[in-house]
Amino acid sequence: MDSLLDVSSTMLYTAFVLYLIATFFFGATIKQKNNRSKQGISGKIAITLTIIGFLAQIVYFITRWMASGHAPVSNLFEFVTFFGMSLVFAFIIIYFIYKLNILGLFALPIAMILIAYASMFPTEIAPLVPSLQSHWLYIHVTTVALGQAILAISFVAALIYLIRQIDQTVRSKRTTWLEIILIALFLFIGFSFISTAFNLSGYSAEFEYSFNGETVTTDYHLPPIAGPNEGELLTGDRMEPLFDAPGWMHGVDAARKFNTLIWSVLTGLMLYGLTRLILRKRVGAAIKPFLKKAKPDMLDEISYRAVAIGFPVFTLGGLIFASIWAQIAWDRFWGWDPKEVWALVTWFFYAAFLHLRLSRGWHGERSAWLAVGGFAIIMFNLIAVNLLLAGLHSYA
Amino acid sequence: MKKIKCECGHVNPEGTVLCEACGKPVEENQHIDGNDKQKLLNMRYDGSARRSQTYNKSIVDKIWNFFSSVKVGVWLIVLALIASGIGTIFPQEQYIPANAVSRDPSIYYEDQYGILGLIYYQLGFHNLYSSWWYMLLIALIGISLVICSIDRFVPLYKALKKQKPKRHTQFLKRQRLFSETDHVTDDEKSTLISSLKGKRYKVYEENGHILAEKGRFSRWGPYVNHIGLIIILVAALLRMTPFMYLDEYVWVREGEQTVIPGTDGEYFIENKEFILDTYDENDERFREAIEQEGMVDKNYQTNAVIYKETGEDIAGAEPELEKVVEDEIRMNHPLNFDKYTLYQAGYQQNEFQNMTFKVHETDDPEEESLGSFTVDLTDPKDEYRLDNGFRVAVSQYYPDYELNEGEPRSKTNYPRNPAFVFTVHPPDNEEPEMSFVGIGRNVDATGENDYKLGVQDFETRFASGLTVRVDHTLPFFIIGAAIFMIGVIQGMYWQHRRIWLHPEGEGMMMAGHTNKNWFGLKKDIEHIIENTNVKMVDDQQEIE
Repeated sequence: MDSLLDVSSTMLYTAFVLYLIATFFFGATIKQKNNRSKQGISGKIAITLTIIGFLAQIVYFITRWMASGHAPVSNLFEFVTFFGMSLVFAFIIIYFIYKLNILGLFALPIAMILIAYASMFPTEIAPLVPSLQSHWLYIHVTTVALGQAILAISFVAALIYLIRQIDQTVRSKRTTWLEIILIALFLFIGFSFISTAFNLSGYSAEFEYSFNGETVTTDYHLPPIAGPNEGELLTGDRMEPLFDAPGWMHGVDAARKFNTLIWSVLTGLMLYGLTRLILRKRVGAAIKPFLKKAKPDMLDEISYRAVAIGFPVFTLGGLIFASIWAQIAWDRFWGWDPKEVWALVTWFFYAAFLHLRLSRGWHGERSAWLAVGGFAIIMFNLIAVNLLLAGLHSYA
Repeated sequence: MKKIKCECGHVNPEGTVLCEACGKPVEENQHIDGNDKQKLLNMRYDGSARRSQTYNKSIVDKIWNFFSSVKVGVWLIVLALIASGIGTIFPQEQYIPANAVSRDPSIYYEDQYGILGLIYYQLGFHNLYSSWWYMLLIALIGISLVICSIDRFVPLYKALKKQKPKRHTQFLKRQRLFSETDHVTDDEKSTLISSLKGKRYKVYEENGHILAEKGRFSRWGPYVNHIGLIIILVAALLRMTPFMYLDEYVWVREGEQTVIPGTDGEYFIENKEFILDTYDENDERFREAIEQEGMVDKNYQTNAVIYKETGEDIAGAEPELEKVVEDEIRMNHPLNFDKYTLYQAGYQQNEFQNMTFKVHETDDPEEESLGSFTVDLTDPKDEYRLDNGFRVAVSQYYPDYELNEGEPRSKTNYPRNPAFVFTVHPPDNEEPEMSFVGIGRNVDATGENDYKLGVQDFETRFASGLTVRVDHTLPFFIIGAAIFMIGVIQGMYWQHRRIWLHPEGEGMMMAGHTNKNWFGLKKDIEHIIENTNVKMVDDQQEIE
């Protein structure tokens, strides 16, 4: 049993490394002069590595399934990892339609950021609570992840479009927003970076505090900048929190999550600052020259096409399959649980996107900004709704 | 109605932008689709005459035009989106946790979330999704869906039906994909036609003019999916009627039988056994997770038997019951019978079934029993006679005792924390004595009692909580969702592509249009002009 789990973890790690190498090969395609019809050798190597990486991740998925007895999509680690895998899958599909190397240079790092982010959550195999014991778990969750992943490709293409198209010679609202998107990506890296650093050092500090009238303890793995509200440090020889988390934060372990957020933001901003210092210009401006070869109308089309393909898949998985399962498990197909509502918000958003594009002619940059907004909602539903808003779906 | 006759001879309805047959722009209507300011023609609805763009006089016109605007539709969607998001800031009323300080919303929100919570509650956001304005918003979206669809579908359908292969040169030149070749041989033309057919285009010909078309049905996708959405909205309306929808809750104790609410006394349920399993903490797979998170329920289920009342309905008579079905009800495995569905929704552990009390002398340190009696907590008797001549009367019974502002009361009707006020009549006709007895409580009201009551023994059992549902609207939702999916796939996964070939003297004009995926259309054209010297089309709208 343990050996199966070992194989599983190794394969996930292998997949991660392969995606990393593939990214470099996709990067190498930038310098090539040849056009789309003649694929360069590095492009071929890159996509091959991506596919091998994807297969390795499939092995991770299957072995973990065998080890746990249920599809590994039941907690935040497993779901986000699967989401990353679906993103790679969606990328491979879109790659074979449009043969655009530059897409890989952005899609793979985002998949890697997701996988790295996922592995900061508890990775133990957890038993399934009764409501999750259904075949609909696989059907619903995998379809949702695939739908969201295809929509994420829309974001990737839109991001490339924006970096390519936005005028960086003068500072403007658009350059600022673009930097904000890039900073957001840095924050994810910051989170993985700082969590890994303190995990390796084995840092731990225990707090006792009062929650809903009961005294509970929580274990910090990052030094407490924000401690629990009126909490007491139990572990000796650790720094006292600089301040207490505000009292209105009521979620389970809210203070610890808030502390993690502060660390992620600080580390992310530090990494971003360092990058700025080295580049001596906006990150967007630094990337822009490398994207000259990408055709903007092709990027625009990919971004739209991904929504056109992803929207029905998302509707099927996130709303229809979800409702069917909710009807069987919870006796109602719709109950305004935060996760359900945010799936509806996502759906509304992409419905608005499609109407604006098809009927009001929002193409190009406006469409690209919308694709970014859609992805922000997806990430919000994935992370914030699980961590901040308590509900039936907060399994992690 | 003013008809517009085109130079090709076709008579178009008023408001037409591009002639339905030949596509020639109708001079006075170019402002409608903004063609007057653009090089390329707006092909969104093929320049057909939409009611909303044509009439603007009466109040009906004005309402119609308001709802048929996609801009209005998108605004409604955005408002619904924002409103939905606001509803998740704090939990909705039905999700106030059971262990909250108070489940009364007027207390809970302020207590938990301070001033923001109070505002949230006062604005009615704790019941946002059933508020009148949220429902109105959804209803407006519904109206917008219907009107938008009719406004566009009918004229578009007619225009595409009446289109002719021979198109006006102005129409062709102002398509996004266009090329003009000076010299094209007949051989080349037949190569083009056969390649078009090879690409599964339907080819129509009129005096050497060619229209190659495929995937027209994908243009109906949006209208089909809107029909699906409308069915879903209607189903949601129907669900508000008790006739179509029933929602009841029943507690049934282990070993007991009770009538199922909402069935008019027709059906009974017996809880033969309730099973609660938790995961084995020694299971190697889950050990770590259980250590961290605590015990996890593996399964809870009710082994139930459903009976149907068959006899005449006589008041007071024992019902005659016939077994209908026996099955296990658990999460993800509801039980269906007749039109009803039973769901395992919850359970109550350690509910008291009966309690045995003993009587002893107050000053006896050994508390030696003088006699005992057992109270069935679901059906306590008024009085219990003990063998030794004692009589114990039940003066007060609180199944779920709590002290509310100094007053004893019962929180629920279920024996979760039973407490009694007994009146003890000793055998030798001494004065009766009052005693208050509960779990962990034994109060002597006067402090002068000679006899004392004590809990000797008790038995507990599970109570199973089941929801009873009848939902006749489900088929509508399923049909609506299925139609929506068909429509959305039809519209999104296929494209309507058209290629026009227009002989012009020795040469030929070629134009192409698709409602999406221009990349795919260009690839098609690249393929069909292979082995000919026909020029590849120019994309006249490339972004730079």
